[in-house]
Amino acid sequence: MVEESAVMMEFQEASPRVSEWRRFRRVFLSRGVVVFGLVVLIILFLVAALAPWLAPYDPYKPATGKSLEQPNIEHLLGTDILGRDTLSRIIYGSRTALMVGFISVIIASIFGVTLGIIAGYAGGVTNMLIMRTMDALLCFPMLLLALVVSAVLGGGISNVIIALSVATIPGYARVTCGVTMSIKENDFILAGRAMGASDTRTMFRHILPNAFPPLIVLMTMQLGALILAEAGLSFLGIGIEPPGAAWGAMVNDGYRYLLKNPVLSFAPCIAIMLVVFAFNMVGDGLRDALDPRLRGLL
Amino acid sequence: MTTYIMRRLVQAVFILVIVTLIVFFVMRLLPGDPIIIYVAQSAQLEAMPPEMVDELRHKFGLDQPIIMQYFNWVGNIFQGDFGESIFYHEKVGTLMLERFPVTAHLGILALIVGSITGLIAGLLAAVRRGKWIDKIITPLTYIGITIPVFFAAILLIYTVGLRLGWLPISGYTSPFKDFWLSTRQAIMPVFCLAVFSIAANARQLRSSMLEVIGQDYIRTAWSKGLCERAVILKHTMKNSLIPVITLIGLGVGMIFGGSVLVETIFAIPGVGRLMVSSIFGQDYVVVQAITFVIAVIVLLVNLFVDISYGWLDPRIRYG
Repeated sequence: MVEESAVMMEFQEASPRVSEWRRFRRVFLSRGVVVFGLVVLIILFLVAALAPWLAPYDPYKPATGKSLEQPNIEHLLGTDILGRDTLSRIIYGSRTALMVGFISVIIASIFGVTLGIIAGYAGGVTNMLIMRTMDALLCFPMLLLALVVSAVLGGGISNVIIALSVATIPGYARVTCGVTMSIKENDFILAGRAMGASDTRTMFRHILPNAFPPLIVLMTMQLGALILAEAGLSFLGIGIEPPGAAWGAMVNDGYRYLLKNPVLSFAPCIAIMLVVFAFNMVGDGLRDALDPRLRGLL
Repeated sequence: MTTYIMRRLVQAVFILVIVTLIVFFVMRLLPGDPIIIYVAQSAQLEAMPPEMVDELRHKFGLDQPIIMQYFNWVGNIFQGDFGESIFYHEKVGTLMLERFPVTAHLGILALIVGSITGLIAGLLAAVRRGKWIDKIITPLTYIGITIPVFFAAILLIYTVGLRLGWLPISGYTSPFKDFWLSTRQAIMPVFCLAVFSIAANARQLRSSMLEVIGQDYIRTAWSKGLCERAVILKHTMKNSLIPVITLIGLGVGMIFGGSVLVETIFAIPGVGRLMVSSIFGQDYVVVQAITFVIAVIVLLVNLFVDISYGWLDPRIRYG
């Protein structure tokens, strides 16, 4: 009995089981900037969700006689030319940024992943046709492509979403295609097929889950890039219609009164930077935590 | 190597064909009659008598099947005929020849500044990892990749331009006309265009150098008694530069995207500003032409990057 338990103990010591989730949490939260990014994002989501309760003033209603006020106790970030409270407009602007970001990411990833998995799985001519089309799309700088598409379709926030989605499809297709090509050679795919799994089942049940980690990282990073691009477009005056609040458009409005009231254009810029930074950092952290090559190192 | 280059060239031609298809058909997504591409606004179109519309349609070849229209368009482009601008009443080709050098001047400067500054910063941060210089550079690169182009521009205009009054806040002068003024006007726009490249290059070089520095052959180089300069510049730098080259290729696309914003803010008569004004003026012929030319430039740069990549790294050539 004594001997046996000694053996058991040794055995237990030899194979310490580390829970995947615990490792993920440890690596993900190990860097200060990542935690900071995460906190910023949580605050951002709360602000966007609770905007009507948080905003001290109506972000759309002009107030006469309050035009271009400097930051003061009543208006923490001052007011714009129409007397609207800058802080309230920034709070409502977070909704625009998040909405454009998330809807574009979802649309782009659905199309990109489907195209990528088909290209990788079918190979041959199909692969060439799809992936070269993706290469061709990548020849257009994102902002430019988005500009042209929304110019052709007409302003409006939904067209900006379409434009940004189209511009970001190739990234997802490339990642998924790469993963698919390397995974489909594995024995478990062959085993699945031998058991009668259809092509669709093989692609979406057996191959796709392997692409999730890099896709999640890409989606997080893209959210930052999309919010930046949306800000660029709305700065140029494409996107949300007035009086709607978008950070880029606010910068453009405030830019005209740069000398009188710099806060007007600086404040939304800082909001954009914080959010983009947060998405980038969380993406970085996710990459470190999800990359199988770093297992054992981190 | 020759087969590798040939394969890339064939691919590039194929991509070019798809690019022409995209540019041509995206313009056809315009709601309503495609004649709108050639004739200003729909309001004007409605005011025209139908015979005149038909005549115009015939003039622009819109009465032919769409495939023929596409081939006509591509044929014209390869003869250098991009059509005529509605707004400027000028050949789009001439218009672009006026505007492209401006964007190219600033863009190439930005590319050079972005690469050199970025590489030096990344090198310093990697070699002195964890020291004060790394602690300054690394946070700055975080700011560099997140700062919106227009924020960099507005900050510079506000501080350097308006408060300190050191540099002119807008305009463009050809360096052949007045070199000093041209340089003073170019500093802020070039920096705004380069800021992302600087940060991205520095980050990439830092991380790839740190990866290479840990390799066995670097330890060998050290133990041979080579001096730091030889180890870093000859052995580490060379291999770390490979991933950075792709980034420099990507930078060209970023610069064209950024030039749209920067040229609008600094009132620079380049191709980016022409693009924005043409979009708002619904001058679709110009939009179509600029989009196409920029895509082709990006395509060529990427081809060049791919080829040099294969030349630098044999694993890719034979992969």
